[in-house]
Amino acid sequence: MQRIGVFICWCGSNIAATVDVKKVAETIKAEPGVVFSDNYQYMCSENGQQLIKNAIKEHNLTGIVVGACSPRMHEATFRKAAEAAGLNPYMVEIANIREHCSWIHKDMDEATEKAIVLVRTAIAKVKLNAPLTAGESPVEKRALVIGGGIAGIQAALDIADAGFQVDIVEKNATIGGRMAQLDKTFPTLDCSACILTPKMVDCAQHENIDILSYSEVEEVKGFVGNFNVKIRRKARFVDETKCTGCKICMEKCPSKKGLNEFNMNLDTRPAIHIPFAQAIPNVAVIDSTQCIKFKTGKCGICQKFCEAGAIDYEQKDTFIERKYGAIVVATGFKPIALDNFNEFGYADNKDVITSLELERLMNAAGPTNGVLLRPSDGEHPKVVTFIQCVGSRDTSGCGKPYCSKICCMYTAKHAMMIREKYPDTEVHVFYIDIRTPGKNYDEFYRRAVEQYDVDYIKGMVGKVYNENGKLMVQGSNLIDNEQVTIASDLVVLATAIEPEPSVRKIATLLTASIDTNNFLTESHAKLRPVESPTAGVYLAGVCQGPKDIPETVSQASACAAKVIGLLAKSKLKTNPCVATPDEAMCNGCSQCANVCAYGAITYVEKEFRLGGGKTEVRRVASVNPAVCQGCGACTVTCPSGAMDLRGFSSKQIMSEVEAICKK
Amino acid sequence: MRDIELKMIERAKALLESGEVARVVGWKKGEFYFDPMPAVFETVEELNDFVYNSFCGANLSKYLIKVSKNPGKTAIFLKPCDSFSLNQLFKEHRVIRENIYVIAIECQGKLSVEKMKKLGVSAITEVNENGEEIVVSSLYGETKFSRDEVLLGKCETCKSKVHQVKDEEIILREMQAGKKDRFEDVEKLEAMSEEERFTFWREQLSKCIRCNACRNVCPACSCMKCVFDNPASGIAAKANDDKFEEQLFHIIRAFHVAGRCTDCGECSRVCPQGIPLHLLNRKFIKDIDGLYGEYQAGETAEGKTPLTSYNEEDGEPSDVFKGEEK
Repeated sequence: MQRIGVFICWCGSNIAATVDVKKVAETIKAEPGVVFSDNYQYMCSENGQQLIKNAIKEHNLTGIVVGACSPRMHEATFRKAAEAAGLNPYMVEIANIREHCSWIHKDMDEATEKAIVLVRTAIAKVKLNAPLTAGESPVEKRALVIGGGIAGIQAALDIADAGFQVDIVEKNATIGGRMAQLDKTFPTLDCSACILTPKMVDCAQHENIDILSYSEVEEVKGFVGNFNVKIRRKARFVDETKCTGCKICMEKCPSKKGLNEFNMNLDTRPAIHIPFAQAIPNVAVIDSTQCIKFKTGKCGICQKFCEAGAIDYEQKDTFIERKYGAIVVATGFKPIALDNFNEFGYADNKDVITSLELERLMNAAGPTNGVLLRPSDGEHPKVVTFIQCVGSRDTSGCGKPYCSKICCMYTAKHAMMIREKYPDTEVHVFYIDIRTPGKNYDEFYRRAVEQYDVDYIKGMVGKVYNENGKLMVQGSNLIDNEQVTIASDLVVLATAIEPEPSVRKIATLLTASIDTNNFLTESHAKLRPVESPTAGVYLAGVCQGPKDIPETVSQASACAAKVIGLLAKSKLKTNPCVATPDEAMCNGCSQCANVCAYGAITYVEKEFRLGGGKTEVRRVASVNPAVCQGCGACTVTCPSGAMDLRGFSSKQIMSEVEAICKK
Repeated sequence: MRDIELKMIERAKALLESGEVARVVGWKKGEFYFDPMPAVFETVEELNDFVYNSFCGANLSKYLIKVSKNPGKTAIFLKPCDSFSLNQLFKEHRVIRENIYVIAIECQGKLSVEKMKKLGVSAITEVNENGEEIVVSSLYGETKFSRDEVLLGKCETCKSKVHQVKDEEIILREMQAGKKDRFEDVEKLEAMSEEERFTFWREQLSKCIRCNACRNVCPACSCMKCVFDNPASGIAAKANDDKFEEQLFHIIRAFHVAGRCTDCGECSRVCPQGIPLHLLNRKFIKDIDGLYGEYQAGETAEGKTPLTSYNEEDGEPSDVFKGEEK
């Protein structure tokens, strides 16, 4: 006979203010099998746990139900308490009467009734629970960092410094990411390249770091501590081990009209190129869509001039497979496309540019060697107008609903830099709000207004149009309550940022959650901000949400700390809630193996007795419990129901459904 | 028709006599001309009852799951549509390719005795096919039909006359695929309002006598233990308080075969109550095509199936929901 104990938590007023906890505990006493039921203010507290432990011992409980918060919060706590009292930890069920009940209801009677149903449901399940024992799995002492921007670089350096091997997979030909494209960094105005490139060099020289540039993650299998990752090394048509980075190929290449992505397409580059002077690895890459050799079969000039013999037109994509214990996602961002914002005339006017384009125009290594010249005619602009929130905080559906967070600061930076270098230039900034929280940030913005005399206009811009060679910026000035039109020479759009689109594929490969804006979701917004809900996957930089460089670096180091903590362990406890096939019912059809994201299912030929001395050899599924993560995909795929999940058997789920439906 | 039959018997004889195969799966005479039935022939003598006529609509592939487990090779006569089913069984490892010898046979579309009965002809003793003209002899005389009038429902929308797997063939005349678009009827159902559609299915499925013929004939419904025969599954028994219980049986079945159903049409052919069960499966096929790209189960014996694999072009869950709303 089962002896079930029920423990209803008040969670202070979180539950008790909406659910009549005493009534729930009282009512549940009448449930068949329940021999003990009580309520307490904080069940997760030391005293609350003691109450559970005492009840288990005094009443010889065979299973317990805790009506409390989400199992994501305290399931582990209560399992530990049960174990300490001599009960198998998997004989514990949580009825979530907080998130699923008190927090989403207002009416006490209704919420109480629902709480009773939820507790009954958990009782129905716990009655079918069986004691389970966790196994162990080893930890591969190597980390994968996806993305070689500042986030990936920082995470990799920190992990490597702790003595673990790290691979950086970067889809571009060089690491460095967006930060490499920036001119100066706020709030100190130091040169971006000057502080980034030493870190890039550190990565290249670190004995524990392997940079896989021009590579993409192709396939991910396995689980925390044991990821198997297939990486595509894209053909760059240059042998990385031979190229010396001498750039003679770039000089000799006859096809020089390729758009220079690094300079935001503001100038051109040869088909064979090294993206920028400080690129790591300092190895050329051939753009095969532009290269004459690839298009016509004739040319081969770079090969002729390459003294190192590094050019290989026959190079093919190759694949490598490696094992990792932990994965850091640091895929970064891109500015949004401006197709939905015709009112700013970006497509029609060369002198309407994005802020990232301005970064390149201001940069000494940029297309104008750092001299601010407008793209249309190469003249110095005398009136520059900035428009903030282009596509950010946009609820119209054209842009993004969120604040891109970095634009107020970089616009102040741009405005100041222009006024500093060219004091005769008039600078206007249209803004909705100025958001400058952060150490020395507001001071920075105030300097732009007070010291550099930048004209900040509170109001939005309705239209930018060309009139006699001038860009007319028509907007409202809400402080003076008037419409203004500013004849400008250059208009800079503080374009919203969005996650790099390839993150969707990465998220799918990693089964990591993603939100409606394609930002990766953290495990807990406040308490686990750098962990993905997928165990062993960590998030650094803008892939998780808009942030600036200092925040990105902090987050990357936090990721590294988490990764180091994981890799330092010799063994991980595995989840005993794994799938098991009923071999007598297994058709051997392989559907379960097809859907298994972890590669946990294989097939074996087994001999079965048929009766009458006869036997038959059949192909049946076999689950590796060390690899199975208990996701349950196989159990719902199996047509005959031969696959079942320990701790979440079909019977248990159906008994829960029945308990909910019972009147 | 008779010429093909003779060639088939000749081949079956040769294969059995030489010992190349241990048995041949084909059709044998029934009580009447119009009810030939699937059969396994292990000796040359047994071949005296072998038959291949206009009423051999039955899909033989499923029988291989059991009979091919016996020692020796099994030869099977397959019409083009049946070959899809066999390929699917290969894919699911239910039948081993090496154990099977496939003889692809000609099929101009099989005929429906039910349709002939409805058109007033019974006690059929023989059918002769002269191209599009069908001459039916019965105890009461001779009647002529056009092929389209008496074609089996599943053959009206014949999806292919190409055998997906074969070791040899007996094809004497050119074959033509069905004239009717197989999704036409599904589109009609989709065009209905929710209530109309519910009424339609309630009327249809309420006719079900739960004889299990559809399940037993279905090559995709070949589980070691069917959930409907398994008391532990929780869905084996009929619910007492639901007037419309049969919907669950058929809808669960449609879900179980989704992505694996080759649309062979056997379910509707064997239904004694004339329920258009194939429409449930075809709706799934149409949706799968739309959401995950064109896919024909049984076209290949290898590769992943749309419902058990993922690629980036796959529809999002929200598309599935929108699809339902249409």
